[in-house]
Amino acid sequence: MNRRIFFSLLLVLAILLTACGGAQPSAVPTKAEEATPTSSSTQTPVVKTPQKGGEMIIAYKDDLATLDPAIGYDWTNWPAEKLVFDGLLDYDSGTTIEPRLAESLPEINADATVYTFKLRKGVKFSNGRELTADDVVYTLTRVLNPKTSSPGAGFFNGIKGAQDFIDGKTTDVAGIKALDSYTVQFTLNAPDVTFLNKMALNFAFIVPKEEVDKAGENFGHATVGTGPYILKEWKSGQYLVFERNPNYFISDRPYLDKITIQVGVAPDVALLRLEKGEIQLMGDPPPGADWARISADPAWKGRLEKQPQVSTIYIAINTTAKPFDNVKVRQALNYAIDKQHIIQLLNGRGTVANQVLPPLMPGYDKAYTGYEYNPDKAKALLAEAGYPNGFETSIECISVDPQPKLCESFQQDLAKIGIKLSINTLAAPNVIDDAGNGKTPLTWSGGLGWIQDYPDPDDFYGPILGCGSNTPGGWNWSRYCNDTLDKQSKDLLAITDRAKRLESYAPFFKALMDDAVWVPVYNGEYDIAHSEKLHGQPTLTHPEHLFFYETMWIEH
Amino acid sequence: MEIAQFEHPLQKSPESRSPLPEGSVPGVGEVGYGMLVWRRIRRDRAAMLGAILVLIITLTALFASHLAPHDPAEQFRDGLTPDGQPIPSTLLHGSMRFPLGTDANGRDLLSRILLGARVSLLVGVLANTLAVSLGTMIGSVAAFFRGNIESLLMRFTDVMMAFPTLLLAMTLVAILKPSIWIIIVVIGAVYWTWISRVVYSQVVALRDRDFVTATRALGAGRLFIVIRHILPQLIPTIIVWGTLGIATNVMLEASLSYLGIGVQPPTPSWGGMIQQGQSFYRSAPWLVIFPGLAIMLTVFAFNLLGDGLRDALDPTLRGRM
Amino acid sequence: MWTYLARRIAQTIPVLFGISVLTFVLIYYLPADPARMYAGPSATVETVMRIRHELGLDQPLWVQYIRYMERVLHGDLGFSYRKQIAVTTLILSRIPYTLALTLGGVFVELAIGLPVGIASAVARGRWADRVGMFIALLGVSAPPFWLGLLLLYGLGYLIPIFPLGGTGTPAHLVLPALTAGLGGAAWYARMMRSSMLDILSTDFIRTARAKGLAQFKVIFRHVLPNALNPIITMAGMDIPWFIGGVVLVERVFNWPGLGRLAVEAIETVDVPLILGTVIVTALVVVVSGILIDVVQGLVDPRIRHGR
Repeated sequence: MNRRIFFSLLLVLAILLTACGGAQPSAVPTKAEEATPTSSSTQTPVVKTPQKGGEMIIAYKDDLATLDPAIGYDWTNWPAEKLVFDGLLDYDSGTTIEPRLAESLPEINADATVYTFKLRKGVKFSNGRELTADDVVYTLTRVLNPKTSSPGAGFFNGIKGAQDFIDGKTTDVAGIKALDSYTVQFTLNAPDVTFLNKMALNFAFIVPKEEVDKAGENFGHATVGTGPYILKEWKSGQYLVFERNPNYFISDRPYLDKITIQVGVAPDVALLRLEKGEIQLMGDPPPGADWARISADPAWKGRLEKQPQVSTIYIAINTTAKPFDNVKVRQALNYAIDKQHIIQLLNGRGTVANQVLPPLMPGYDKAYTGYEYNPDKAKALLAEAGYPNGFETSIECISVDPQPKLCESFQQDLAKIGIKLSINTLAAPNVIDDAGNGKTPLTWSGGLGWIQDYPDPDDFYGPILGCGSNTPGGWNWSRYCNDTLDKQSKDLLAITDRAKRLESYAPFFKALMDDAVWVPVYNGEYDIAHSEKLHGQPTLTHPEHLFFYETMWIEH
Repeated sequence: MEIAQFEHPLQKSPESRSPLPEGSVPGVGEVGYGMLVWRRIRRDRAAMLGAILVLIITLTALFASHLAPHDPAEQFRDGLTPDGQPIPSTLLHGSMRFPLGTDANGRDLLSRILLGARVSLLVGVLANTLAVSLGTMIGSVAAFFRGNIESLLMRFTDVMMAFPTLLLAMTLVAILKPSIWIIIVVIGAVYWTWISRVVYSQVVALRDRDFVTATRALGAGRLFIVIRHILPQLIPTIIVWGTLGIATNVMLEASLSYLGIGVQPPTPSWGGMIQQGQSFYRSAPWLVIFPGLAIMLTVFAFNLLGDGLRDALDPTLRGRM
Repeated sequence: MWTYLARRIAQTIPVLFGISVLTFVLIYYLPADPARMYAGPSATVETVMRIRHELGLDQPLWVQYIRYMERVLHGDLGFSYRKQIAVTTLILSRIPYTLALTLGGVFVELAIGLPVGIASAVARGRWADRVGMFIALLGVSAPPFWLGLLLLYGLGYLIPIFPLGGTGTPAHLVLPALTAGLGGAAWYARMMRSSMLDILSTDFIRTARAKGLAQFKVIFRHVLPNALNPIITMAGMDIPWFIGGVVLVERVFNWPGLGRLAVEAIETVDVPLILGTVIVTALVVVVSGILIDVVQGLVDPRIRHGR
């Protein structure tokens, strides 16, 4: 999943102590829960009792596009969609999947190709009608329907009959069936242990057919769902107001009566508003210019959350562009980059990355050390590769601060080993297009870094390093296709023993690093400023949802 | 409020501001027009100050790399506080290391301002000159030639004014790769339309005056009249736009860089420095103040010079030393 | 006058036509993929292709253009990719705010610029002139976003007189109008001064003074009307300027105007919105041009008859 600099840098992944009790069946992602984040998280679980009532205002820099779960794809829209919709599955306060609209986790057959969900009874949409299995069938079919233009259609391609439906050969999807009013069954073409993660994605949030038909293309602004809140007002370009859904099926949620999302507020001004008490939460990190000041200020104690993000920001090396088709040259790049300096330029808001996966992703290899900062070794490798005097090349960066200055750091680093790097700063859409079509030898993904869609290592391979995405317009900016690894990735999707599977990813990603397809530079961090009266249950930010609004409450 | 007195032995009304043929005024002798203008400027202290300042600024831009104490691209480790914030002028505690402090990257601000003069002058002055020249020609020709030429030129101006030049710039830069010449062309292409409009309106007010009719009656061609008679009347407008426009163009360059259409790092530009330093309005205001002062100084210098030129070129002063 | 007006109105059609064609071509050749921007990074290439097809972006350029113009002639400016609302609704919702900022900003420009310019011209060479021009210099060199931040910090946070951005009450308009207007005021001040100096040195002013007219009368009755020609033009051109040129002011004050909308459209390659905002801007440019010419004709009878 990608993060764009224009949109809020919102992602948190904190594996925290789960304060949530309750039965948690299902596979526990052992590695993830044990993994202590390499940067310290300052979030501690709240010991106070949540109070009901009160209002909260959050301010974002970017505008919200739509609340239609089939269409909204980024981290500004997703938490907001969770206000008014639910999916069959959700995450607990960590990365464990638990049932939500489903009354329990699905029955899965022996080879992980058939998933049968039993729905809760008595869940109502905000228009009064009860949720049934037909709604689930309708929702998933709608996502796959080309007319909907859903960006998430690709996640559900693995369902049997999906491709025929998309191609127009059938009028429904064979693999999605309502067995009775409260039971839905999904059949896949091939085993895919990540299917549950995909069903927990926002694209699978359930929508009512009659409301979608009634609103047509305006459904995204006139939403009707089963969620904890109801959309009361949307003033385009200014704010959205949500009020508590009195008939929410989880009786003690939500805590807050009203949530207002302000959009279009520059972070400098949002901080002023927060300091003045006009808002309670900033949707974007405070500007670097203010960060040093407020982190040192005792008045801000307890009001700043520093959370690692499940993302990797990397330099993509175009393996088809000379001289980067030579693995030694790529490795030389890896040795040449001073990643600590980048962290310093980011005011310490990030951690050095040495591999493809971020530390909080299940499957992360703690033991792997990667390429250390060693310009001499880099020079030696270049000489070995036949470039003792270096060469000239270029990198594309987006033009939004601080990316150009990070690229300048790379420029200096590479100059030390004899490579003359010229920087092309362009607007984000241009960089995405050039990189996607292999038109640039190096691309800095700052502002466009890869953020997880769901907590599974496969998400960090397929869309960005797999053969399937090595097509014009794909996000595989390294233009990399290794058939052996590709086949291996498909086999890995079939291993049902989670622990064994996660272990197998270590050599898999090591192979990618040996091939030096990227220079992984740092893992992102999310920094949130909030009012001291605002809390979350158990924590203010959520590893998967970022802002899990229904768990927030205000002291009053 | 006292109105300053002007001593004009040959007071002319605007209606009859036709130039006298050289040497027709007794007592002027064989001094050429250019020499006359030069002498007048020399006498005008404000204009001389302006000229000297412009010279200094231009020389600074030319020799910036020799004048700058440091490499403007170098990110010094001691240029930032331990938590990554810019440091204010080291003169405050007696050191000459960073006379104006550092920027958010730990780079020396003074060096960057000196080097930034190059880009900003190129963009500010060159692009602006391009825009003013183009705009003045198109506006005056349109107004004076009337008819279809007028409609064609002014509707073309409308199209260019409404044109999404941002989009054009993005496309050009993405295809041709960013370069300062694209910026200059793009800014010039945005800007000339405004001047064209102002000039057009002014010439429309002038074109039916008696002196024009008279000169036409004497057989003068239209283009000749425009250049010789109309243009001098436009000098105040040209001076104002030519000088204030420098600041606007420098700012335009900064806002273009937001979309990737600016100078490429690590080349400094005053507008770019301001843009990067905006968020530091509370913690490090010098990041914006110093480049801002540089812009102000440049505009001020050109202003003085421009005013002086205008007075020197004033035809009503013709014949007076 | 009326035939002139009719002619000018008729000429808007080729202008709008020309702009729409040029913009279409530009978007087509921009190396960026609107379908990929719509779909986001996680979408597979197949999904992006399907979305491109659904949006009609895989058709040849002229087909897309004809389809678009057909809809425009029926009043439908399309559906924004990014904002997921009809473009017409979106633009109409922003117009009141742009209008308010324009009126407020131009008011500030004239209220500050004209008196400063007149005072400078009249007191030429004295301290009033120097102070006036210094203020103008400050105004034109102050970057708008920074100025806005300073004003918000000073007058919204430290001394909480004004709200911290946003809309709702007249108080919300003060700081944005001030920020937008201070820069422009410099232009009016300089231009006014220049024009007036020009005229003050002429014959007929001397005559008026010789006739024994009081200073004020001389200035206001005789000098100003002649000096106003460029001012009217500049005020007229401010209208399209406030549509597109005040993006930074809109950004810092969270003011939902058209300028921000247009830039967001370009940043996200939101094709229908780009086209919509460009067409609206073109319309405004043309209309304000006509307005300028007509008003000047009314003010100066020589122009009117000359048409």
